Amino acid sequence: MPLPLTLPALYDRLTGPWGRKAVIGVPLVFLLVFFLLPFLVVMKISVSEMENVVFKDLVLWSDGVLQLKIKLGNYLFIGEDELYLSAYLSSIKFAAITTVLCLLIAYPFAYFMARSPADKRPALLMLVMLPFWTSFLLRVYAWKMLLADNGVFNNMAMLAGLLDEPLKMMNTPFSLVLGMVYTYLPFMILPLYANLVKMDLRLLEAALDLGATPWQAFWRVTVPLSKSGIIAGALLVFIPCVGEFVIPELLGGPQTLMIGRVLWDEFFSNNDWPMAASVAVVMVLLIIVPIAFFNKYQAENSGGVRA
Amino acid sequence: MKVNAGRLTSLGWMGSVFFFLYLPIFALVILSFNASPMVTSWGGWSLRWYEALANDAEIISGFALSLKIAFFTACASVVLGTLAALALTRFKRFPGRTLFAGMVNSPLVMPEVIIGLSLLLMLVSVQRALGFPERGMMTIWLGHTLLGMAYATVVVQSRLQEMTQSLEEAAQDLGCRPWQVFFLVTLPLISQAIASAWLLTFTLSLDDVVLSAFLSGPGSTTMPITIFSRARLGLSPSVNTVATLTVLVVGIGVVVASLLIARRERRRAQEMSDAYKAGGM
Amino acid sequence: MSTVKPPDKLQTGEGSPPFLQIKRIIKQYDDVFAVDDVSLSIQKGEIFALLGSSGCGKSTLLRMLAGFELPTSGQIVLEGQDIVGLAPYERPINMMFQSYALFPHLSVWDNVAFGLRRDHLPKAEIEERVARMLDLVQLKAYAKRKPHQLSGGQQQRVALARSLAKRPRLLLLDEPLGALDKKLRERTQLELVDIIEQVGVTCVMVTHDQEEAMTMATRIGVMSEGKILQVGKPAEIYETPNCRFVADFIGSVNSFRGTIEVDEPDHVVVVSPECRHFISHGITGTLGMTVHVAVRPEKMTVQLTPPRDDERESPDQIGFNVVQGVIEDLAYLGSLTTYHVRLDGGTVVKVTHTNSARHTQAPLTWGSPVYVWWCGSDVVVLTQ
Repeated sequence: MPLPLTLPALYDRLTGPWGRKAVIGVPLVFLLVFFLLPFLVVMKISVSEMENVVFKDLVLWSDGVLQLKIKLGNYLFIGEDELYLSAYLSSIKFAAITTVLCLLIAYPFAYFMARSPADKRPALLMLVMLPFWTSFLLRVYAWKMLLADNGVFNNMAMLAGLLDEPLKMMNTPFSLVLGMVYTYLPFMILPLYANLVKMDLRLLEAALDLGATPWQAFWRVTVPLSKSGIIAGALLVFIPCVGEFVIPELLGGPQTLMIGRVLWDEFFSNNDWPMAASVAVVMVLLIIVPIAFFNKYQAENSGGVRA
Repeated sequence: MKVNAGRLTSLGWMGSVFFFLYLPIFALVILSFNASPMVTSWGGWSLRWYEALANDAEIISGFALSLKIAFFTACASVVLGTLAALALTRFKRFPGRTLFAGMVNSPLVMPEVIIGLSLLLMLVSVQRALGFPERGMMTIWLGHTLLGMAYATVVVQSRLQEMTQSLEEAAQDLGCRPWQVFFLVTLPLISQAIASAWLLTFTLSLDDVVLSAFLSGPGSTTMPITIFSRARLGLSPSVNTVATLTVLVVGIGVVVASLLIARRERRRAQEMSDAYKAGGM
Repeated sequence: MSTVKPPDKLQTGEGSPPFLQIKRIIKQYDDVFAVDDVSLSIQKGEIFALLGSSGCGKSTLLRMLAGFELPTSGQIVLEGQDIVGLAPYERPINMMFQSYALFPHLSVWDNVAFGLRRDHLPKAEIEERVARMLDLVQLKAYAKRKPHQLSGGQQQRVALARSLAKRPRLLLLDEPLGALDKKLRERTQLELVDIIEQVGVTCVMVTHDQEEAMTMATRIGVMSEGKILQVGKPAEIYETPNCRFVADFIGSVNSFRGTIEVDEPDHVVVVSPECRHFISHGITGTLGMTVHVAVRPEKMTVQLTPPRDDERESPDQIGFNVVQGVIEDLAYLGSLTTYHVRLDGGTVVKVTHTNSARHTQAPLTWGSPVYVWWCGSDVVVLTQ
């Protein structure tokens, strides 16, 4: 009978089955109970009736008949109602715009940072991380101050005589995208930087030696090699942006209906828990493919152990 | 000259991005000293808002609660995250590994409204059935830990991967049982990663709005929730003061930590090159 | 080529039970046999080298000795006890890792003391033993330093001291000199052997470097694709390889394919396209069998004139063991010159001469037409 491999087997053998099982088991149980189980609950509630905050059971046994009551009404409503459809679409739209803008701004930034002298890089990295460590809520609020009709930009512009009346920047798609790009920029910079800084510069030298112009070398060598950084950054920005709530709430307006706000309103304002659950389920379905990509990327890049 | 143009673009681009990143922070700090109650029109320098902050019971109690929750979150996240990181890097095959990895990594990108809603609905169902837990500090702590665990796992995992397995094998070869290997060899070597994971999850928890909003109960209002509700209504000077203080504390902390780490790295590199030069046998 | 004198403690007497017995060890991963039915007996006090190229299974075998891999089947018996079921920390075996694996957060002293502390020895004894070990490797002055403050050679000595501190019954070395540069390697080879013999520990080492194996080991086991091809003292392996792989792996060899024409108990004649071969000893083979005749380059002589009859080893060899060709390439290496001679049939033969006066009578250069000849007693016949 073939014996199990290496260290795991030996861990097993001397701490009994308990050692290895505990290391895997504790976080696994935690996640099953507090991450997976809630999703199942959400799915169940999305197809339940809600009466005075009590959930009717899905399964009824009466007169010898087993009845399965699944209310698909919420889903049908979502499918038909303009509001929900446009909210989903606009969420995806704004998330996509944010991702592209972040990429356009972050790539050159990460590139320049990676090519800076090696002793300056830790300081630069620290400067990028510092805003990340200060509260994101406060920084988003700060944009409110800056962009308001009577905000800092407008006031200063009017004082300087550049404007006669305040420019409407607040509660527009502009302010929303600005806020999201601002918040998620570090999430795009870091994976790109991590990738670019490890890139072997000799590959570029080889390309130039073989006759490529710097521009060609960039597009044909650097960019393809940084593909994994681009994908990681894009996923880290796009997926959370779809379900963003705080930024649309503080900086968004009537033209920027995002699904995160819809879900919040359904829950807190309408108190319609099944509806909120259905909205959540559809949202997860929308982002499940990108999340699967993200998990695959994480698995590939964490690989396991180099002995 | 080409080289100079390149340098200029590089510095120009980086400078602009840094300006963009720091502008709101500067604005917050400066305006926190604004004498005028109209946040955006300047009325001179004043400390009145700091005085007001000292008397702002809501924020102070919210802050105390946030601190407590953040502390417990950081501790739990680091423990769970380290276990998960060990499981993923040292045990190459076990049943359910893909699901496990997926669950550990997903909170990193999953929108918080979804995590918050689903966790809350489950907790409420449990409460209906078993009578507890009440929504409050513990439920907020659970949600924060779920998120924090994902971050802690990433940080510890990347350090564990750097650390080759041969160190742990050497320890075993010299007579350590598995738990001794962990405490005598693995733990000291990942201690820095654990510390930064702790700080990271502490900050995340302190700052969290959405999960806290879903999972809080009466009497468990955290500071971010308070700030958020004020911010929704309009502009409020108290926010600026909190911001400035936060920036101060975090700024000093990060700068000091970075300097210490940089100094240690420099010293280490120096020692290694000295040894190499003295060299040979 | 071996420079190791057999240690006094070596017990090669027949009938003494082997110190370490590896019995029919198999390691299987899915369809691949990393180690394929290997059996070895290792004597107490010897330095045994497992030699082979990467992927041949030698490292896997070593790891099974250490306890980091479990064999699919087979036994490992150390001093009469089957240790397969024991975890690494239960075995009286210590290993020196290829990367040294020194604990970066501990000083040199603590690294060496690490294993001793696991045994809960009294403090005084630990101190005495660590001091003695550091003396042995001449690193007493560096006791307080951390690994990153040491050079590569110093780190290696700490690793050695650490693996000897517990007085293991068996010492395992994983590519001990792989990380050092050539000059350092030569010096270290001999020092390492000195220390191991001084301590008197039995040692199994793994290497892909044949020079290392030949210099350091008392016996060598050549491995390929999970199997042991030949076991023997360095001279045996070199002079009498039992197959083409071993002949080719250690040093270089010229190999001629031919059929046995004459098969007598005291001599054999093999006919190959290049020439007729006279071999001055009997072999196990039959008439008409296809074999390979192997001759080492340094055993051949190249010269402008045909060999004189009185130069030959014995009269029956006249007309045998000689070929004609043209020097296609030569490399002057200071102490040696290597000639590549292309024969009429197209085969290239490699000949090495030491640059001593005898051979400089007429200078040989590219294009010189030459004769290459050798003695029948320097030939090995290989059937595989």
